Amino acid sequence: MTDFAVELRQVNKTFVSGRGAAAESVAAIRDMNLGIPPGTFFTLLGPSGCGKTTTLRLIAGFEFPTTGEVLIQGRPMSKVPPNRRPVNTVFQNYALFPHLDVAHNVAFGLEIKRVPRPERDRMVQEALEMVRLPHAGNRKPSQLSGGQQQRIALARALVNRPAVLLLDEPLGALDLKLRKAMQLELKQIQKQVGITFIYVTHDQEEALTMSDEIAVMNNGVIQQMGGPVTLYTKPANRFVADFIGESNFVQGTVVAVSDGQATVAMGAERATVEHGDVDLTPGQTITFIIRPEKLLLFAPDQAPAGAISGTVREVVYIGTDTRYLLALASGESIVARVQNGCQSEMAFHSPGDEVRIFWQPEDARALAG
Amino acid sequence: MKPSRLPSLGFVYYLGIALLLYLPILLLVIFSFNNSTVLVFPLKGFTLKWYGQLSQNGELLQAVRNSLLIGLGSSAVATLLGAMGALAVVRYKLPGQGLFTAVSALPLVIPYVILGVSLLLLYREIGIPLSAPAAGLGHVIISTPYALLIIASRLVGFPDNLEEAAMDLGTSYWGALLRITLPICSPALLAAFMLCFTISFDEYSISSFLVGTDNTLPVYLYSQLRFPARLPIVVALAAILMVLTILVMVISEWLRRVGQTPARKVEPL
Amino acid sequence: MKHRGRFAALIGPPSLYLLLFFLAPMAVMALYSLRAGTLGAARDVFTLDNYRLYLANDNFHRLLLRSAGMAFAIAVLASLLAYPLAYYLAFQAGTNKVLMLTLIIIPTWTSYLLRIFSWKLILGSNGVLNSLLLWAGLIREASPILLYSQAAVIVTLVYVWIPFVALPIFAALERIDRSLLEAAADLGCQPWEAFLRITLPLSLPGVVAGFFFALIPTLGEFVTPLLVGGTSGMMYGNLIQDQFMRALNWPMGSVMSLAMLAVVLVLIFVLTRFGSLSDLAGL
Repeated sequence: MTDFAVELRQVNKTFVSGRGAAAESVAAIRDMNLGIPPGTFFTLLGPSGCGKTTTLRLIAGFEFPTTGEVLIQGRPMSKVPPNRRPVNTVFQNYALFPHLDVAHNVAFGLEIKRVPRPERDRMVQEALEMVRLPHAGNRKPSQLSGGQQQRIALARALVNRPAVLLLDEPLGALDLKLRKAMQLELKQIQKQVGITFIYVTHDQEEALTMSDEIAVMNNGVIQQMGGPVTLYTKPANRFVADFIGESNFVQGTVVAVSDGQATVAMGAERATVEHGDVDLTPGQTITFIIRPEKLLLFAPDQAPAGAISGTVREVVYIGTDTRYLLALASGESIVARVQNGCQSEMAFHSPGDEVRIFWQPEDARALAG
Repeated sequence: MKPSRLPSLGFVYYLGIALLLYLPILLLVIFSFNNSTVLVFPLKGFTLKWYGQLSQNGELLQAVRNSLLIGLGSSAVATLLGAMGALAVVRYKLPGQGLFTAVSALPLVIPYVILGVSLLLLYREIGIPLSAPAAGLGHVIISTPYALLIIASRLVGFPDNLEEAAMDLGTSYWGALLRITLPICSPALLAAFMLCFTISFDEYSISSFLVGTDNTLPVYLYSQLRFPARLPIVVALAAILMVLTILVMVISEWLRRVGQTPARKVEPL
Repeated sequence: MKHRGRFAALIGPPSLYLLLFFLAPMAVMALYSLRAGTLGAARDVFTLDNYRLYLANDNFHRLLLRSAGMAFAIAVLASLLAYPLAYYLAFQAGTNKVLMLTLIIIPTWTSYLLRIFSWKLILGSNGVLNSLLLWAGLIREASPILLYSQAAVIVTLVYVWIPFVALPIFAALERIDRSLLEAAADLGCQPWEAFLRITLPLSLPGVVAGFFFALIPTLGEFVTPLLVGGTSGMMYGNLIQDQFMRALNWPMGSVMSLAMLAVVLVLIFVLTRFGSLSDLAGL
């Protein structure tokens, strides 16, 4: 029944560093279960040290699991070295062979497989055209810019028609504009070629832009897996809520629980939040999250019912939005982002102003743990 | 800085030392063509007869042959061992590495008399006959550290995951070393080989203990120093050797520097 | 793990070679130091006599000390003379510095036997220099300038070592961030002050490396004393060579070598306190 492109079953990976009494073992990955459907653009997202690159290397075959199994297209890979897996990697530093020209770099995998010359040349040219560098064949890698090298590295991997393509933070060394252009290009290429891409990054915006599905990792454990919208709107825990996008974490005490929603007290004020799958009991102290852009600010006399009070502490204008740092009556601080220009009836607020803060209940979610 | 066009003190000093270093070589070459059995001024006329006599000296030719063979042999072994050691030290961080690095660097500083004498004892103890090849085995010990250093400094200039990239594309580890690492290191390998050859070819101290009745070129040369009559031939020989060594080292140094930092040209595509 | 296998395969052969041809010989030498004789029945008798003889013989110790003193003098002189050379190349030679350094290094790779021999020819009584001076009418009769003496050994070896010592000093000087000197000037330092306070201290690791690199092998030097040392220029290495090649008293020779090896190891240990052997790699 396994029709996953890549599967990890109960995988643990520990590294041992140091010797003898000073030896430390670090659990890079713990009890990981992962199934990646074919044809998806799948991203492993997390801060450095979370285990995402280790996961990638386990799939590529440069590391082997301490316990557990890695399967590619249903076949167990526990004895299979990297050169015999139907997988190719685009490395973070491109790893282009400096002594070979671009065409020979791209052709390398085909040469190993003894693909006949005419077909090889044709495939190489096709690959170069796909990454939009059709005339680069005779150049040496050192003569190309960073972005161009990255595309050649991509071509070199894709020309082998792997079942799965692994990309290890390939855009890290590029400047912002180029990076954004490449993100779209990679996505397009993936759709065009149709193979499974497994992408590793620490940039959550990048992950949201490109991925069909994202696994957020921390400390070797998958915190949550799902599509971009799900992860953004329904983060499962504090880490995911904090890592993806910006969140306000507000504390309160549960007053009443009803179907799907709960009333929470913050000091003297009351507000409504969604509790989703989290079980709440009255009297429980909880943390709920609300995204800054979901907060609506009103002058005290114009506020709708259910809004809570706050004072403006700081105002930061950033072109598209204005950010307000607000202090709640309970003493906590939250941030609101108001898009400039679309609420022309709403006055801009200044530091020291009293405001009323309102949100739709479905935009605030209680967090487990 | 001095705006004057007089050469700076430092340059004069440099020039002085350079002259002192090249002077003996120059003089030997000059006198190798001198038609006289004593090395004195004034010069007595141009001749090639000393060079001619070289080719008739059977003992000498035998010594040359020995030195060439053990030079080539010991350089090949030293370069290979140095390359393996360099790979192990640069690409891996595993226990044993530090000890290996330390021990393999020791022959650079241990006095050659100790190296020679201890090998002599080993050979006698386990029954290896004293001969030119026996000396060659000792040459490997003193030249391997140099080979290792040259190759290692070439390796650090390149990303450390090129072998991984090659394996990702279908080669085995050893295949990756052959197809990728070897070509990239080839200038360094060649430079190391040539340096090791030079070391072996000119080596006297250790060889003097280990050659037995064989001759290597330096050992033969030393034995001739006592005979004033043989002087001009020795001079001719010395001239050839020094010029050859310089040529080999020039090529070796050039190779070592080839492609160290390739210039970046970003052209529109 | 896979990686360990590859590492072992790579480090194995060189390690094995080192073990067989570098470490094992040392062990054999230690073995011989305990033997009563070189050949025949005496080979199988083990005794500490050689050690006792060695320790009792003042001449041996004095020679070792004298050789160490000479080696020390040679290393100091070579370092002093090499420093300005390296400094000139690093700071004043401009874009050609590497080429100029290489030009200095290349002749040092020719056989030092030949170079010393040729200096003998140049400076000896029948030699080039004397004949030149006579011919030019500058002197009346030949004089042996290069006397067979301790001084001759020292001068010769200093000459040989200068380029080798210059390499690590050059490397260390090159590594000094020039902006440090600019900062010093900005703060009021005169050039010589900046040199003493900034350049010199920062270049010390290279100086130390070069110093030990010249010092340690010179301890056991025996070829140069044979060529230019005469009787007064004899060094400890000659003693050892003599024991092995002429007197054929290998056990005693081994004891002598071990004594020197002990000194060498102590010096190497001191070197590692100050820096590392890789500082030598001006490569």
